[in-house]
Amino acid sequence: MTSSAGAPSVAPELAPDGDASSPPRRRRSSAWFLLLPGALWLVAFFLTPMVQLVATSLYDPSGSEETGYAMTWAWGNYVDALDFYLEPFVRGFAYSAIATALCLVIGYPLAYAIAFKAGRWKNLMLVLVIAPFFTSFLVRTLAWKLILSDNGFVVGIAKTLGLIADDGRLLATGFAVVAGLTYNFLPFMVLPLYVSLEKIDHRLIEAAGDLYSSPAQGFRKVTLPLSMPGVVAGTLLTFIPSAGDFINAQLLGDTTTQMIGNVIESRFEVGDYPAAAALSVTLMVLIVAMVAIYIRRAGTEELL
Amino acid sequence: MPADPVSGAPPPGDLQLLSLTKRFGEFTAVDDLDLVVPAGSFFALLGPSGCGKTTTLRMVAGLEVPTTGEVRLGEQDITWAKPYKRPVNTVFQSYALFPHLTVYENVAFGLRRQGRKEVTEPVRDMLRLVELESFGARKPAQLSGGQQQRVALARALINQPQVLLLDEPLGALDLKLRRQMQIELKSIQGEVGTTFVHVTHDQEEAMTMADTIAVMHRGVIEQMGSPAELYESPRTTFVANFLGQSNLVPCAINGRDGGDLVIDAQGALVRMPAERAQVHQGKAWLGVRPEKIILGSPGEDLPGNSLGEARIVDVSFVGVSTQYLVRTSWGQELMAFEQNTGARPLMRAGDQVHVRFAGAHAFLLDHDQDARAGVDEDSAA
Repeated sequence: MTSSAGAPSVAPELAPDGDASSPPRRRRSSAWFLLLPGALWLVAFFLTPMVQLVATSLYDPSGSEETGYAMTWAWGNYVDALDFYLEPFVRGFAYSAIATALCLVIGYPLAYAIAFKAGRWKNLMLVLVIAPFFTSFLVRTLAWKLILSDNGFVVGIAKTLGLIADDGRLLATGFAVVAGLTYNFLPFMVLPLYVSLEKIDHRLIEAAGDLYSSPAQGFRKVTLPLSMPGVVAGTLLTFIPSAGDFINAQLLGDTTTQMIGNVIESRFEVGDYPAAAALSVTLMVLIVAMVAIYIRRAGTEELL
Repeated sequence: MPADPVSGAPPPGDLQLLSLTKRFGEFTAVDDLDLVVPAGSFFALLGPSGCGKTTTLRMVAGLEVPTTGEVRLGEQDITWAKPYKRPVNTVFQSYALFPHLTVYENVAFGLRRQGRKEVTEPVRDMLRLVELESFGARKPAQLSGGQQQRVALARALINQPQVLLLDEPLGALDLKLRRQMQIELKSIQGEVGTTFVHVTHDQEEAMTMADTIAVMHRGVIEQMGSPAELYESPRTTFVANFLGQSNLVPCAINGRDGGDLVIDAQGALVRMPAERAQVHQGKAWLGVRPEKIILGSPGEDLPGNSLGEARIVDVSFVGVSTQYLVRTSWGQELMAFEQNTGARPLMRAGDQVHVRFAGAHAFLLDHDQDARAGVDEDSAA
């Protein structure tokens, strides 16, 4: 039905055929119109490069920048990529998983404190969480190189406490890479966690207490389940970019701590575009698959 | 006690608040409050927002720690007990149902936390009591306001608390549903026999449901009693105005004549029983409820006290009754409600009338109080 308020004198059955349904139709077409800029953007800057990337991954691997590349549907590129680079794949995922877990362990209490305990310091604390973004990712990672350097105070203290051997080092180890990843992606964990914790109605926690939950039980049965969307969003925002990261491993690690991002980067460097593209597509497919399984498991499908 | 006599719960005791005080910084929310709520009663704490009634409730629930004073339940001092260790449950304002749990799990929550393994039967019984048997699998967001309200009630009652606290439980419902829930709540209370302490700012809701009402104002209890007692014999101007409406006429007490007080109300000599007066000499407020005012035609001979002639300035016809606003000879405007029995024709604005009332229906209040206290407070009249 049309809104009869607009033209009360015209009975619906006397109105011309199209009239009755025209306002909904107009609304639908304006919705498509509003989608247009976003859709164009996605086609130009997401879909086109994606198609190009997949195409590149199937080029003849013997091509080069000088001689050009021929499309030979070389599916073998994928087999070779996994064959040669399985180790950096596994290592990359392992490092990111550890970094994500550490981010969750550090970030949850932090977000909880900001959301529930910070009082008037809340905004300041949020700014402090975001503050690292004011300098470049690269510069901050380089700073970690100094902090963890062989002559730095961190290594000195660790040696004094006997945590590492006298000739041991932190830089150029898996520890340094994971520490760098954890540091760099922590804000991406804290912010979504904060948002979902901050939304929780405090009376729900009071109600849990009123219904015989100790504070620990109340947290487990009410606060934690209600903050799950934040946990899922935070872990995704941490895991996905760190799985493809190469800066941390490059600046803080060595050749034995290479992640898949480093391999892709070096393949591009030497002009082996088909291998780099095949690795990139593989990485993407694996991440999408893992994320899908994870979200299904966490029971937060509404995030998709 | 509730249907389950084998639960072994201690016999219910009276809820006692002894000199209970709560200060937030400079602000005293609850001031030296003494109160006894008899076991098994339906008790209402009535007052405007900010009067301290919710703070009082939260101290009983253990969600707020008193500055001084004691909360006792029967023989037990529960002042410092953690909320999860008190035999007290709360129906929260706007319910606070757990949005991630089904109706069934919401209701089972308290039993599970107490370590009960077998909850199917009590949960089903409780859902039947609130008529939501077929809604167990739904999430709270899929229920209407009235249904959510009933889940909140079931979730609290299933634990068989000694005292059930209700914090403005019907505030979020529309008027019609509120009426219906008032009746339901009262019948459920009768069925389970638990002590209900009901906090509300709605005087009609309190009067409909409670056996005993305590009217709170600025952190203290102004008056406590049955609804009829509070309405017929208010002891302060606040109670007179907050519960229903009152005409308060400034007057002076001339003296005593037997069991009656003789009062000079703006030149008219009136008599009323001395036991209905809070003051016995000097200046006072003479209170008469609008429906107790009788408007007669001039010359008509009616019993009772006369307040002289007055002129009708406004007439509102509201169906069951007609509400007249009359201006007296000394310039005060009084409200008079008359039942539309059809026995008399309606009067019109401008008509001259004779204002009368029965002394046994009047009350006399201390003149030192503000005659407008409680008039425009947020009571949903």
